[in-house]
Amino acid sequence: MARRFRTTLAGFTALAVVALSGCGGDDTAEPGSGNASPGVSGTVTVFAAASLTESFTTIGKDFEAANPGVKVTFSFAGSSALATQINQGAPADVFASAAPANMKAVTDAGNGAGTPTTFVRNQLVIAVPKGNPDGVTGLTDLTKPDAKVALCAEQVPCGAAAKKALDAASVKLTPVTLEQDVKAALSKVKLGEVDAALVYRTDAKAATADVDGIEFPESAGAINDYPIVVLKNAPNKTAAQAFVDHVLSDTGRSVLTSAGFQAP
Amino acid sequence: MSLLDDAGAATRPEIGVSSHPRRRAGRVPLALLVPAALGLLFLVLPLVGLLVRTPWTTLPQRLTEPGVLTALGLSLQTATLATLLCLALGVPLAWLLARVEFPGRRLVRALVTVPLVLPPVVGGVALLLVFGRRGLLGEWLDASFGITLPFTTSGVVLAEAFVAMPFLIIAVEGALRGADTRYEEAAATLGASRWTTFTHVTLPLVAPGIAAGAVLCWARALGEFGATITFAGNFPGRTQTMPLAVYLALETDLEAAIVLSLILLVVSVAILASLRDRWITSP
Repeated sequence: MARRFRTTLAGFTALAVVALSGCGGDDTAEPGSGNASPGVSGTVTVFAAASLTESFTTIGKDFEAANPGVKVTFSFAGSSALATQINQGAPADVFASAAPANMKAVTDAGNGAGTPTTFVRNQLVIAVPKGNPDGVTGLTDLTKPDAKVALCAEQVPCGAAAKKALDAASVKLTPVTLEQDVKAALSKVKLGEVDAALVYRTDAKAATADVDGIEFPESAGAINDYPIVVLKNAPNKTAAQAFVDHVLSDTGRSVLTSAGFQAP
Repeated sequence: MSLLDDAGAATRPEIGVSSHPRRRAGRVPLALLVPAALGLLFLVLPLVGLLVRTPWTTLPQRLTEPGVLTALGLSLQTATLATLLCLALGVPLAWLLARVEFPGRRLVRALVTVPLVLPPVVGGVALLLVFGRRGLLGEWLDASFGITLPFTTSGVVLAEAFVAMPFLIIAVEGALRGADTRYEEAAATLGASRWTTFTHVTLPLVAPGIAAGAVLCWARALGEFGATITFAGNFPGRTQTMPLAVYLALETDLEAAIVLSLILLVVSVAILASLRDRWITSP
């Protein structure tokens, strides 16, 4: 009896430990140090849309180089998830959204400091495996019965844009999956699980080793504006504003345009 | 966990260990009571959080939305199939680990727990690399039999089984190692083959342990998110289970996400509770 009980107990303890190790990993931002010097310092926590991953990482490094003593930490995810986190009190300094709707959710909740600025625009392309083996030239190629297509779910900006573009083209398309963000849709192409996905031009460009981005005219009807704002409860407002200024500066703009974004 | 205690309690008379009279229990030591209460609070408070934010007025209307029932049905169906798959493969594996000495057993035991440690999303990618269209086995499955698993309901079952099977194996192996082997030895002495011993002695002996493991396994499969969305994708009616529906609802509508979570919770607790009653009354 006692041995049996101990074995069971040990089993559950092991389970509990394993279960615990599975959670966590939640990055908590350090609050700004509140240094009185005119320069900026401390940590800036930027919540940015998944599609900004590459360009904002570069911009962050440039910003750190220009402002010694400042550290930029990013949380890249779907804009809607980020908006929810911010509205639930996540300690972020800056929010850069891939769509005005998600920014509106944050500002409507009174969590923005000032008016958001549109800093770039993005457009959809058809991402296909490198070399375009199926010879995709436009949206109608994706409606072939054996074509496997990944779209973003309508709840996230890239999915909303895809729906808009498909509606504009009057193309009825049955995807095999509705992915939770643009990077997930792209990775299905990279892994060869789908023949095509509608992703942002910038994401196709960032994955140019594995995918080709096919431009299609109807995407002009579904251009996404990207707004950025300093958050009202930013732990480090000075550095947050400096970061936003840096994004809007010529240096920041050139990083963004070379990644495939359009100027607003 | 009370389920498991009950399942364990049901076996006690069978094992034939004399139970201590309850009146000797005495006072509960504070050193155990305080952390126990804190532990309970820690587990229950998030549930309270959900209940506090539940939009009760719009609840009936949300419940009748067609997508909700589809996702719920798919979740129950896939979690059950995944549990059956885990039982078919996991019980023999647990028996092997508990009863057969073989070289590398410790390593195998460690490997079995890999899906527990692996972030489920990574598990999903790993499944794609094996069963995907260009995967190690997937390419052959597709070419030889025309079977593709990603983006199908079978893919959901596979992803859930991958993540949930260790829970079953660990529970069953623990039950097997804790069970009295003298019954099995007696059967062997009487001339029973190892297979007969397994089916006629071992299985009935550890049945409560298997049931407890199956419950853990089913519950884990029901809540599975990461491996499912990565391996099987997300499409309503085919691969969109409740956790996926909750995640996407969270993108736009916190209240809808809360309602969906609550439905999943109520249904799963109701099913588990009804099963528990059956186990307690069964011999």
